[in-house]
Amino acid sequence: MANAVLATPEAPFESRGLDKKQTLWERLRKGDEVAHLITLAGGWSILVITVLLVQHLWVFSRLSRHAFGWHFLVDSTWDPVNGHFGAWPFVYGTVVTSLLALAISIPIGIGSAIFLAELAPRKLSNGLTFLIELLAAVPSVIYGLIGIFLLIPFLFDVVPYFQRFFGWIPIFNGTFYGVSYFSASIVLSIMVVPFIISISREVLIAVPVSQREAMMALGATKWDVTWRAVVPYARQGIMGSIFLSLARALGETMAVTMVIGNVAQVSTSLMAPGYTIAAVIANEFTEATGDLYLHALIELGLVLFVVTMIFNALARLLMLTMKGHEVVG
Amino acid sequence: MSASYPPLSRKITNVVMLTLTGLCTLLVLSVLLTILGYLLWKGASSLNFDFFTKIPAPVGQSGGGVVNAIIGTLKLLTLATVIGVPIGLLGGIYLSEFASGWSAFTIRYTTDLLNGVPSVVMGIFVYTLVVVPMHHFSTLAGGVALGIMMIPIALRSTEDFLRAVPRSLREGGLALGASKSETIVTIVIPAAIYGILTGIMLDIARVAGETAPLLFTAFGNLFNSPGWLQPSASLPVIIYTYAISPYEEWHKQAWAAGFVLLSGLLVLNIISRVILARGKKISHG
Repeated sequence: MANAVLATPEAPFESRGLDKKQTLWERLRKGDEVAHLITLAGGWSILVITVLLVQHLWVFSRLSRHAFGWHFLVDSTWDPVNGHFGAWPFVYGTVVTSLLALAISIPIGIGSAIFLAELAPRKLSNGLTFLIELLAAVPSVIYGLIGIFLLIPFLFDVVPYFQRFFGWIPIFNGTFYGVSYFSASIVLSIMVVPFIISISREVLIAVPVSQREAMMALGATKWDVTWRAVVPYARQGIMGSIFLSLARALGETMAVTMVIGNVAQVSTSLMAPGYTIAAVIANEFTEATGDLYLHALIELGLVLFVVTMIFNALARLLMLTMKGHEVVG
Repeated sequence: MSASYPPLSRKITNVVMLTLTGLCTLLVLSVLLTILGYLLWKGASSLNFDFFTKIPAPVGQSGGGVVNAIIGTLKLLTLATVIGVPIGLLGGIYLSEFASGWSAFTIRYTTDLLNGVPSVVMGIFVYTLVVVPMHHFSTLAGGVALGIMMIPIALRSTEDFLRAVPRSLREGGLALGASKSETIVTIVIPAAIYGILTGIMLDIARVAGETAPLLFTAFGNLFNSPGWLQPSASLPVIIYTYAISPYEEWHKQAWAAGFVLLSGLLVLNIISRVILARGKKISHG
């Protein structure tokens, strides 16, 4: 029937009176229910994949979960030779590098977003945003390459001067080997800043003009208008972009693996080498001897999955109210 | 002289803060240009003809290329497209044309979450799903990993572009007596086809640079990988292994490979974004 658009998706097959003499192809073309079911299968395969993903991570980490329990997360001994696995150095490294990366990229990202949304002429803003979004298209491994051969030599020149003045602060002291939490955080901050800029700029642009005019009418300066009337109005979307970036930073693998040093230790100093969850998986997974070792690594994957899902879910909830936004990448 | 409003202190704050936002933008752009410029300089100077035609030379010998990785990447991307795009297309059509209520919400939300799964976790998943039963690494496993990673974006971009097709077009089709599925296939999808294709191009560009999932699935290979069931080299993995190696010769190869990979990705990105921008202009009159 032609009014199929009104038919409920649950309409039974037979009600259409499909002619059995039709070939399969004709039934496929004419049968709305067939089309519905096929596309439904496409949509639901997403759910199947997600369930399988969780189930596989759960099943393939059972040896480690049973052997170490919750203690796994806070134990700082990672000793594959003796079969003792604790994830604390990786958890610590992951949290420290991600938070430091956000501390660097949030002010720069929001500053740029304000410039692009409020100050720059729209054409220039679109062009610059296009360029900045290209940063998001650069693969992780290329950031790692740049990190090893450009950033670390640069830091070798800069950090000693920095330490001469600030070396007395515990988080900056110690010998600098190039590979460190600090280097990893800088690379991460470059990788997530396009997301913060792109999403924040869009929510800032979406703030109603009346919001700006009201404050401008009170005699406020451009900055006052932006900082007190526009940014607070868009704070939900900006928070969403920050959570999204946090989730990305936590799960980022290759670039971090290449510049963090891969040493399973916990150091107060940001200048010391460390390790992250994603990096240890990338490094040791194919070399893991024995089931317990493999299961411990997969349990790390499970932890990473759960944490990134929480932040992603929060980000999506925050941005759900923001209609019409597009997420790059 | 009467005091001006706003007071001088606020005017200064205004100028200082607005200048700072400009400097932030400048900083981000200069980082981008530095990265691209450095890669161009290092990469182009390390490129030669052998790079595209020879397999890697043994350690200690100069010369050699990465033709096995280039072919490997192309095979992986082909397989990923074959696996990921049909599912994404169907799902996108479902969300845009059929789904409603909780079913649509669940699928949409799960898709966005799946998009956020760290690539290294996706690698573990496909390792347990494909590599463990088969007992060895393969192009197939790598293709499955990249294919699954392609689904969310293929699905969401297809949905977005189908939704952008005006309702009047659908009604026109139905009014002519076409069934709903005929309308979708002959009117709605053709109207959105450029958008859908560019979405897929962007999707391919995104997974082309993925490294972590390939480490445990396609693994790597010093030679050409015959068929689909052998371990395979790929450009991203070769960049990684060469970059962390101690050999000067391999570093050069890593730069060249990075240059080739990034040029490919950026070209794909720029072309599809230009097409998208033009399409938007046309559809908005």
